[in-house]
Amino acid sequence: MSLHQLIERNPLVLILLATITVLIGTIVTMLYPMFRPEMHPKLEGLKPYTALQLAGRDIYQREGCFYCHTQTVRPLKTEVLRYGEYSKAGEFAYDRPFLWGSKRTGPDLARIGGKYPDEWHYKHFENPQAFFPQSNMPKYGFLKERKLNPKQIEAHMKALGFPYTKEEIEALKDKTEMDALVAYMQVLGTAVKKQ
Amino acid sequence: MAEERFDYSYDYRTVLLFIYSALFWGVVGILIGLWISVQMWLPETNIAPYFTYGRLRAVHTNGLAFGLGVGAIFGITYYITMRLCKRPLLFPRLARAQVYLFNIAIALAAISLLAGATQSLEYAELEWPLDIVVVILWIMFAINILGTIFTRREPQMYISLWYIIATVIAVAILYIINNLAIPAGWLKSYHLFAGVNSANVQWWYGHNAVGFVFTTPILAMFYYFLPKSTGLPIYSHRLSIVSFWSLIFTYLWTGAHHLVYTPLPDWIQTLGIVFTMFLIAPSWGAVINGYYTVGQDWEKAKNNYLTKFFILAITFYGLQTVQGPTQSLRIVSSLIHYTDWVPGHVHMGTMGWVTLTVVACIYYMLPKILKTEIYSIRIANLHFWFVLIGQLLFSITMWITGIQQGALQKAVNPDGSLKYTMVEIIAKNYPYWQLRTLAGVIFTIGMLFFLYNIYMTVKKAKSKSS
Ligand code: HEM
Ligand code: HEM
Repeated sequence: MSLHQLIERNPLVLILLATITVLIGTIVTMLYPMFRPEMHPKLEGLKPYTALQLAGRDIYQREGCFYCHTQTVRPLKTEVLRYGEYSKAGEFAYDRPFLWGSKRTGPDLARIGGKYPDEWHYKHFENPQAFFPQSNMPKYGFLKERKLNPKQIEAHMKALGFPYTKEEIEALKDKTEMDALVAYMQVLGTAVKKQ
Repeated sequence: MAEERFDYSYDYRTVLLFIYSALFWGVVGILIGLWISVQMWLPETNIAPYFTYGRLRAVHTNGLAFGLGVGAIFGITYYITMRLCKRPLLFPRLARAQVYLFNIAIALAAISLLAGATQSLEYAELEWPLDIVVVILWIMFAINILGTIFTRREPQMYISLWYIIATVIAVAILYIINNLAIPAGWLKSYHLFAGVNSANVQWWYGHNAVGFVFTTPILAMFYYFLPKSTGLPIYSHRLSIVSFWSLIFTYLWTGAHHLVYTPLPDWIQTLGIVFTMFLIAPSWGAVINGYYTVGQDWEKAKNNYLTKFFILAITFYGLQTVQGPTQSLRIVSSLIHYTDWVPGHVHMGTMGWVTLTVVACIYYMLPKILKTEIYSIRIANLHFWFVLIGQLLFSITMWITGIQQGALQKAVNPDGSLKYTMVEIIAKNYPYWQLRTLAGVIFTIGMLFFLYNIYMTVKKAKSKSS
């Protein structure tokens, strides 16, 4: 009987061998890198999100913005020309999860912070087609009508271990989801620009 | 025959319930696919807040990967396992409970995604309470599959069972690790991993979701149903062995090809790309085995209407597994990554390989279980041509517009400045996006033929038995 016939007749052996087989690549490419410092870099200018920015990031997640917008500028000539400095590993230390995306239906947003005034974003979220008639982005005006929930955001800050003050949380109750999303837009990429 | 001592009727009913559930979620997923394809060129069809593209897209992918895909995998895998082990399931009631829990889970998944509860990890969007339900479902599945295999009445485990075992193990590891999260509320959590590391874990998971949901269980079906419907044995057992082990070994190394040119350390990217190149070999092991199997006696094989389903499906799998490695090359990735090329790639796999194989298995299995013949081979042939044309049109339009997007984004004027703004490039996509919707409609019509055929077959069986 050949070796493989033995395996074919013995499920326990097959299970063990298959488990080991799938674990090898897993360990080398996923688990082992986790213990290397290069997977946990942090830029000097990078700060944890403020409560308002985190609330905005939560909304960015909730609305699935990352299905159409990436947040990584690749180190390619035309890409740097279009968006700015290419993305560095150290920019994302506080990003759980990463929101790099996999499809660029709209433009990359890694360097959007500070590119436009707040007012531009408010108007654009309400009606993207007013700025770009050919844009296919949905309208997000409803975010203006929705107040933030400070308690919830405080819980989120705690879960992530981000520093915050009582006043900061209290101030959230007068803010809308739109305010938060704009605050998040404006912080994207700023750690690099400051350097 | 010894096996006739067993009564399979209860387990077969469970298999059917899985198939009906999968088809139901398949319809939901496909209709939402049509909707989001329209949203791409007609943004007015976004209905905030619940039905915007950003939320519906996750319902489309989860509904089809988990509702149609995993639902069909549960049902068809149980069928294959019983046939190959020559015995009913070890825990029939557990499998029946699994059907109900499965449908509850998918319904809650769809609702929670529409409500915006998402981990924002592609193919792992579901929030942590649902992840727990998914893990429970998988454990139920594993217990029944492994238990039935351990108590089988056929000493040798056929190739399909190897693939099923690998699926059971790998999906458990992948799903649990990538869904590790810090809960921050009932429907909110944050990935346990941050930044670059988060990306690396996610795409280790993401690519292997393709490997162990859209590949290994589908290969298990292919290896079982191709010989069944053609009456020809698999061409080479040795090739099956080599390609099985090298496939499940290699897949796990390749996730980083989704992160080419990102801040992920270069060595991980390069390692991923190298192994991705190698992945062509085991993938084509199955393709060659499929071709040579029918090649043994084409005259005989071509008599069965299902042969063309399986052969076309494995052909798309073959194309997919050449295209995939090509995409991972840095030079190709720099052009097509982030563009519509990728949905073109994806739908060749999901429509052309996965869905085509699944429907062919159902065509074979359902009449066997119901002790009848398929209602109409002519309608099955119509179904075939519609889904084929729909899928080709989908993929080809997306490849063209994908290359165009990539090229226009790179285009520069003689003075070195960029030639096109993003919006100018988007505007050029509209005709292709509209054609994609047309492709989706053609595909959907094909699937409606299929559903009608299945419905009539069930009806025929019912009237015969009563
Ligand atoms: C040898 C086999 C394969 C390889 C090496 C491969 C490779 C790739 C690569 C490199 C990408 C990323 C493209 C980009 O973003 O630039 C990709 C995306 C994808 N592929 Fe494949 N592919 C293979 C087979 C398949 C199969 C059989 C399916 C099944 C349906 C599939 C489904 C997908 C999906 C769903 C994505 C999109 C992931 C996302 O961005 O969300 N692939 N593939
Ligand atoms: C009528 C048929 C279908 C239509 C119109 C359709 C449409 C779409 C659209 C518009 C997207 C988003 C593309 C983008 O991000 O730009 C998408 C993504 C996706 N669809 Fe479909 N789809 C259909 C059928 C299917 C089927 C049958 C499956 C699986 C069994 C499937 C699986 C997926 C997956 C996995 C993605 C994510 C792709 C990625 O990440 O790149 N689709 N589909």
